[in-house]
Amino acid sequence: MHQLTLAEIAQGLAAKQFSAEELSRSLLARIAQLDPQLNSFITVTEDLAIEQAKAADARRAAGENSPLLGAPIAHKDLFCTNGVLTSCGSKILTGFKAPYDATVVEKLGAAGTVTLGKLNMDEFAMGSANESSHYGPVKNPWDTSRVPGGSSGGSAAAVAARLLPAATGTDTGGSIRQPAALTNLTGIKPTYGRVSRWGMIAYASSLDQGGPLARTAEDCALLLGAMAGFDAKDSTSVDQPVDDYLAALAQPLAGLRIGLPKEYFGAGLDARIGEKVMAVVEELKKLGATVKDISLPNMQHAIPAYYVIAPAEASSNLSRFDGVRFGYRCENPKDLQDLYKRSREEGFGAEVKRRIMVGTYALSAGYYDAYYIKAQQIRRLIKNDFVAAFKEVDVILGPTTPNLAWKLGEKNADPVSAYLEDIYTITANLAGIPGLSMPAGFVDGLPVGVQLLGNYFQEGRLLNVAHQYQQVSDWHKQVPSGF
Amino acid sequence: MQWETVIGLEIHAQLSTQSKIFSASATTFGAEPNTQASLVDLGMPGTLPVLNAEAVRMACQFGLAIDAEIAERNIFARKNYFYPDLPKGYQTSQMDHPIVGKGFLDIALEDGTVKRIGITRAHLEEDAGKSLHEDFQGMSGIDLNRAGTPLLEIVSEPDIRSAKEAVAYVKAIHALVRYLGICDGNMAEGSLRCDCNVSVRPKGQAEFGTRAEIKNVNSFRFIEKAINHEVQRQIELIEDGGKVVQETRLYDPNKDQTRSMRSKEEANDYRYFPCPDLLPVVIERSFLDELRAALPELPPQKRERFENQYALSAYDASVLSASRELADYFEVVAKTCGDAKLAANWVMGELSSLLNKDNLEIDQSPVSAEQLGGMILRIKDNTISGKIAKMVFEALAAGEGATADEVIEKKGLKQVTDSGAIEKMLDEVLAANAEQVEQYRASDEAKRGKMFGFFVGQAMKASKGKANPGQVNELLKKKLEG
Repeated sequence: MHQLTLAEIAQGLAAKQFSAEELSRSLLARIAQLDPQLNSFITVTEDLAIEQAKAADARRAAGENSPLLGAPIAHKDLFCTNGVLTSCGSKILTGFKAPYDATVVEKLGAAGTVTLGKLNMDEFAMGSANESSHYGPVKNPWDTSRVPGGSSGGSAAAVAARLLPAATGTDTGGSIRQPAALTNLTGIKPTYGRVSRWGMIAYASSLDQGGPLARTAEDCALLLGAMAGFDAKDSTSVDQPVDDYLAALAQPLAGLRIGLPKEYFGAGLDARIGEKVMAVVEELKKLGATVKDISLPNMQHAIPAYYVIAPAEASSNLSRFDGVRFGYRCENPKDLQDLYKRSREEGFGAEVKRRIMVGTYALSAGYYDAYYIKAQQIRRLIKNDFVAAFKEVDVILGPTTPNLAWKLGEKNADPVSAYLEDIYTITANLAGIPGLSMPAGFVDGLPVGVQLLGNYFQEGRLLNVAHQYQQVSDWHKQVPSGF
Repeated sequence: MQWETVIGLEIHAQLSTQSKIFSASATTFGAEPNTQASLVDLGMPGTLPVLNAEAVRMACQFGLAIDAEIAERNIFARKNYFYPDLPKGYQTSQMDHPIVGKGFLDIALEDGTVKRIGITRAHLEEDAGKSLHEDFQGMSGIDLNRAGTPLLEIVSEPDIRSAKEAVAYVKAIHALVRYLGICDGNMAEGSLRCDCNVSVRPKGQAEFGTRAEIKNVNSFRFIEKAINHEVQRQIELIEDGGKVVQETRLYDPNKDQTRSMRSKEEANDYRYFPCPDLLPVVIERSFLDELRAALPELPPQKRERFENQYALSAYDASVLSASRELADYFEVVAKTCGDAKLAANWVMGELSSLLNKDNLEIDQSPVSAEQLGGMILRIKDNTISGKIAKMVFEALAAGEGATADEVIEKKGLKQVTDSGAIEKMLDEVLAANAEQVEQYRASDEAKRGKMFGFFVGQAMKASKGKANPGQVNELLKKKLEG
């Protein structure tokens, strides 16, 4: 049962082959059995899951038959869930039970999904390896000595290991796509403003977007369709109807114009990954796509710009974690300053502190113009590059990551080398366009991801291309041994 | 040395919206602590602000009322600092792109001149909560009811030259926001608060002296006292060879002094940057046109109209137009009695001292505008004298009659105009003062003038003030000259 995709589960539940409760119990048992090897869950909400599964079964018995009714999922632990610990992978949110549900949680709940738990992540979504979590690192099911990517590493590992058919994640600089690539999943970061950020604890507000990770493009379409939509509680969400992503899947690829940016295939890319990506391109050509070489000249500036903007916003977003109202507070504070300093010093991990300091510096009087304003100008140039490119092509294709999953601890001493792993993904966040990663094969038994970038609100097109490719490939069907 | 004072004011006006600027919580004053604080106001992780359109509308109304530029786009920014009653660790405010740009306000001074005070900008921001340091045994309590209340911060140019001008300006702003209905102006509850930037310079010097900022002064009286005190402090400091340092000071009304709160070096670097959770606010021309068309008559226009229509002095006109309620009251009195000058005198004289004495607002006046107008009518038609009118007014205030006529009737205060009766009364007065009459008749013209007043006084006393003064004068003269 754990091998079923969301689409297959929908069929099974509709055909009464099993109940939502049976399915959830089976997966909960599997989580209990296997997750100790991976550490992908921070909280397993067993009682809540059974209760929701029973409710889903009751709704189905009453005649409802929506595709996500009874579908088991889990949420990255930065989506607030009423009454359940929401930790952001941080000590500073120790004991924090959000008094409300995030819009994504609420919408998926209304669609009938069953929440099995809350998934591990890099602390405050800052990281590309899921090693910065206060709850310990997550391991890659394809090789448990390696990282699963981050920051949605728990989501990726759990879905790849078949503990779950799908999970929510968030993507600020690649945090859905990069772990999807490193664990052989399909994951999509929607257009900025497509999915509500209400209840999604902010890392960098102008870059953060929620999205699904699953084993197929079809499942991503199912889940994203339920997550997306305008939300009056999020001023940056866009009031535009949500496309029918499932309906878009079937569109033939004949006439699809694919752009290959030369900057995605230059120095720094593992040549073996490059080969896998080009093999995907060949398959897509067979399906009727045409290919054009393009250039995104400002991509080289993306990482510096990102590592100014994201920490700047983070330094302000994380100010509310001050030990005053919720979460961790230091013991016996002497006075107010001591309360602030020690609560934050003891409550935040090293990477979070590093980014708060970088961001604080970038916003300081005398540096603001040189760093923050300059970074925003670069951001505009990057956006312009994409706007120009999408006049000529429908999707942009390239590798999701320059390297395969690395060994746990390998990049800890050199944060910048980890930052460089985001080189292909962060431009989509800076520009606000949608991006998808899908399986493209294996190198040395480790998954390779290919990334598709689309114009604003072209999620349907990206899912369509991925789905069509998955009809003629079976990379996404590979199962890590032991799972 | 002659010193000149330079003052610029930052006024924080709480906008009287139903709900907060970024959340749906109520803004009512005085509720139980933390009962008007939503997830957003508490700074709960994951929550996001949604701008209250009403606050934007009110800020635009203010902008139009001071003839300000209102940019097509304004942007919210985060002002970052840590304080327990600032739940998010930043205040959402506006920095580089405020909603209201350069404007001005004309204020009437006591000497009758009108002065134009420049307004640099006005921007929207959220209020913080309150820290409560009592009742918690070594700890502090936090009340976040006020957190997120919309504020309009109105920043003046350094155009103000004295504490009196400063008060006149704050009163003018106070009147304006109340006319517009965008702020209740209740300074005791903190609805209108003032930061005063004060510096001094030798008269004639072009550049400004170093300024000190006095934070959060919350009454007209304290503004005047705090500024006067601070000016004195700075002058003495400089004259003693010292230097004013740029700092933030607090005014202590109990001790009537200002004391240093923090120096420029200790000032926070607020690290302003555009708030990524809020989109730029776009103000459409048509929206402003509609607001402009619906603006009420504002204090400066009303003052001008009062000057022209009622022939009042600029100062009287500005006092009477200080609030919509007072202006309306005055106009009803003037209309009822048909004599604006008398109406103005009574409203600004007897009525205002009555209200002051009992600490009442004009809309709580025990004497209605119709009652006062009706009473003035009786002065004009000689039913009562001005002196008797004061008695009638007091009786009306005490609720001793529904109208002046009723009081006059009941108390028998009607003026005596029957010349036969007055003559009879005068004969009695002269008979009783035969000696003075002799003296009068023996005196020369100059001396007689003085003595005449004595007889008038005796006559009015004898008539209990009711005899018509004109007739008394005329008949008395006749009889004495006899």
